Amino acid sequence: MSVFHYYVVAAILFSIGAGGFLLRRNILVMFMSVELMLNAANLCLVAASSSFDLARGSSFALVSIAVAAAEVGVGLAIIIAWFRLRPSVDAGDLQELRG
Amino acid sequence: MEPELATTIAFYVFALLAIASSIGVVANKNPVASAMCLVATFVAVAGLYLTLSATFLAAVQILVYAGAIMVLFLFVIMLLNLSHDTFEGISVRRTMGGAVAFAFIFISIGLLWGTGPAPGEAMSVRPGTGLEIGRTFLKDYVFPFEMASLLLLVAMIGAIVVARRPKLVGGDR
Repeated sequence: MSVFHYYVVAAILFSIGAGGFLLRRNILVMFMSVELMLNAANLCLVAASSSFDLARGSSFALVSIAVAAAEVGVGLAIIIAWFRLRPSVDAGDLQELRG
Repeated sequence: MEPELATTIAFYVFALLAIASSIGVVANKNPVASAMCLVATFVAVAGLYLTLSATFLAAVQILVYAGAIMVLFLFVIMLLNLSHDTFEGISVRRTMGGAVAFAFIFISIGLLWGTGPAPGEAMSVRPGTGLEIGRTFLKDYVFPFEMASLLLLVAMIGAIVVARRPKLVGGDR
C-alpha cells in the first residue's frame, strides 16, 4: 500500500464531513461532521508520519485528538446551554447575535 | 497468506467501511443513528491506523473517540431528547454547499498528488508505536505535551461553567 491510498481515503472522509457540515442543519449532526473532518486530518498525519518514518506526525495526531476531546466537551456544553434558552437544535434558529 | 496481501485487504475493508459509515453519519435522519455510524467510522479509522502499524494511536482512537467522545454525544442527544427524526429539506444554497464539498475531494487529491515518497513504494512502518511516540513527547515536545494537558483542564472547567444551570450560581446572572 502506498501512502497515496491513505491520502485519498482521508480526502474522501474530509469531503463527506465538509458536505455534512454544509448540508445539514441539525447542530449535533454538524458537530459530528466536524469530528469526521478532524479524523480525516489525523489519518493524513499518521499516513505521512509512517511514510516519512518519523514519529512526529503520530505525536501531533495525538495532540490533535486531545484538542478534539476538549472541543467536544466545550461545544456540547454550549449546545446544552443554548438548548436551555431555546429548545431547538436547528442552526437556522441561531440568530440571536444577528445585527 | 502473505502479510503484504493481508495488509492490502485490511486497508480496503477498513477504507470502504469508513467511507460507507461516514456517509451514514451525514445522511441519517435520526441523530442516534448518525452517532452509531460515527462509532463505526472511528473504529474503521482505528483499523486504518493498525494497517499503518500505528498501534498506540489505534488504541487511543478507540478509547478517546469511540469511547469518551461518543458517550458524550449520545448522552447529550438523550439529555436533550432529540432521538426523533430531524431531516430538513434541501435548499438551493445547501445543494451548492454539497457541490463545493464534492469538488473538495478532487481539489485535495490534486494537491496531495506526488507528495511524499513515490506512490507504489512500500512503506517502512514503525513510527506509530507507543515507544516512539513516548520518546518523541518526552525528549523533544515536553512543552506541547504539558500544554495539551493544560488545555484539557481548561476545557473541562469551561464546560462545567458553561453547562451549569444559571440559578445554581446564586441568582446573580
